[in-house]
Amino acid sequence: MSLQVSDLRVYYRSLAGDVQALDGATFSIADKEIMGLAGESGCGKSTLGNSLIRLDGRMKYVAGSVTLDGNKLPIWDQRGMNEFRFRDVSVIPQYAMSAMNPTRKIGKMTGELLESRGESYQDIKPELLRRLDLVGLQQDVLNRYPIELSGGMKQRMVMVISTLLNPSLLIADEITSALDVSTQRAVAETLVSFRDHGFVKSMMVITHDLSILYQTADSILVMYAGKLAEKAPTATIIDKPRHPYTKMLISSLPEVGIRYANKKLAGIPGSPPALLNPPAGCRFRARCPLAFDKCVEEPPFIQIAPDHSVACWKVTGSDA
Amino acid sequence: MLSLNRVSKFYKVGTFGGKEMTAVRDVSFDVNEGEVVSLIGESGSGKTTIGKMVLKLIEISRGSIVCDGTDVAAIQGAEVKAYYRHVQGVFQDPFSSYNPIFKADRVFGMIRSEFFPGVPNSEWDAKVDAALRSVSLDPGQVLNKYPHQLSGGQLQRLLVARALLLELKILVADEIISMLDASTRIDVLNLLAELKGRGMGILFITHDLSLGNYISEKTVILRRGTVVEMGDTDKVFGNPAHPYTKVLISSVPQLHKKWADVEAEIQARGGDDAGTCLYHRFYRPTEFSGDTTDDRPAMIKVEDDHYVGCFELGQGICRV
Repeated sequence: MSLQVSDLRVYYRSLAGDVQALDGATFSIADKEIMGLAGESGCGKSTLGNSLIRLDGRMKYVAGSVTLDGNKLPIWDQRGMNEFRFRDVSVIPQYAMSAMNPTRKIGKMTGELLESRGESYQDIKPELLRRLDLVGLQQDVLNRYPIELSGGMKQRMVMVISTLLNPSLLIADEITSALDVSTQRAVAETLVSFRDHGFVKSMMVITHDLSILYQTADSILVMYAGKLAEKAPTATIIDKPRHPYTKMLISSLPEVGIRYANKKLAGIPGSPPALLNPPAGCRFRARCPLAFDKCVEEPPFIQIAPDHSVACWKVTGSDA
Repeated sequence: MLSLNRVSKFYKVGTFGGKEMTAVRDVSFDVNEGEVVSLIGESGSGKTTIGKMVLKLIEISRGSIVCDGTDVAAIQGAEVKAYYRHVQGVFQDPFSSYNPIFKADRVFGMIRSEFFPGVPNSEWDAKVDAALRSVSLDPGQVLNKYPHQLSGGQLQRLLVARALLLELKILVADEIISMLDASTRIDVLNLLAELKGRGMGILFITHDLSLGNYISEKTVILRRGTVVEMGDTDKVFGNPAHPYTKVLISSVPQLHKKWADVEAEIQARGGDDAGTCLYHRFYRPTEFSGDTTDDRPAMIKVEDDHYVGCFELGQGICRV
């Protein structure tokens, strides 16, 4: 097991109290696994991703543990995490377009970044050039400023920089959302090739777009309102989901080939609960057509089949 | 009802406007009653520019847009107001469409003072009530609220309701659901389909092929300001003629088909004519040197209700 997260809780401080954005996440990612993390905005997926690499000022570590390759990550400790960042855990941020320093040439910026980790730019440069080739960037991008590159090129450049030290875990946060369809596909396929080449051991791909995950991920973890809803291999999530939220979400997605005239899709009525004082019990209860008395108690996230876990009383309880 | 005839838009760029940049070139299509036409393109393809020209928000450089016999470019003053009674737009970001310091239903008040100054209160309230119900909003839940108290889907539907207060014939919907959450966006899409059922013509601008495929009768594919392919949605998606359309369709992430499979499918269907320009197979000017973009047809018919543009876009003359 490359990454193990158990009962991780990360809240946001606010004047009105703590926002329970990530409330008890327990899961693991195996070596060579690309795990997709899906959910709607505000479900806590980015919070989970960020907490594995850097908690920002508003985030508060509450409980839980994170183990990567047998080492416990001190995620509550800004300085202590420095030892792991970039080398063991790395991130491709959501806005790769603006992730690079605009006043430095890309090569110089990469050099400075490597030096800050105690690595020599000259030693790594041959490998850097090889990887630029691999993602289809010319070597002279290193002598250019970020502004001279297109969105897709910047995205690929950031991907190369983020994985230069062969991190064990790579967190890719909504990296395809701002791109055009054809670029989106190239970037997603590059991600998979990074895993295949062994540049990264395992990967967590955060997105709201399930269809991108179907194309790239080995397994998918669905979150809802700060809680884990369901985790299973990709094909199981897409074709045989068990959690009512996953089912409804997937059946609401339009696809090429589905026409309104032939098949009318339906959304999920209502909206997710506020996480400042979330309701007790199942957080999907208010929107769930299957909700019953038991749902006022919190459903545990239980394994129902090998590699398939669900948090729903209807699936795991006695009246399943 | 709405008809675009070789519409172009040029911008002056560079020092003292010395250069001309073409944002839209020779775009022609019609939007009829009870029809959804989707305008699909990647960023920078000019799809929003076309929407803005239809809404008379920017000037038309060349060509004409005619709506029910009125030339949109020629109208002035009171005629423009009359035009806006029939043609309205809803845009991408529902949160920035509202003034955050006023209540959201102020958009209705503004319609009233502009277009219906003499209508008594009771009659107006009934009208608003009916408009809200037709977009499946509960008046009690959305009236008298500030924008931040409502969800993105509710705000977007309020804007559609606002347009419905007028005697609307054409609605320009520019990426109206791309900012909404997956579980609620389909409801807004279904709403558009219902409006179409009531005889409204909708220009649906999107970058997402699966959304266009879901609701529209007619599809127009744009690339760098030019229409590359258009026609009946089933024909364009089922039997794409232009290589760019094929690339787009094979890059869309689908939920039940992997990228490689889609690509193989398209290859298998039309592998033999890959490379030769369909446009020039049907259209052969006698003298290639005199063949300027200005006097040749922008599109060539490949089958009933299915047109294609030249494969070599704006790159001079494509020789077969």
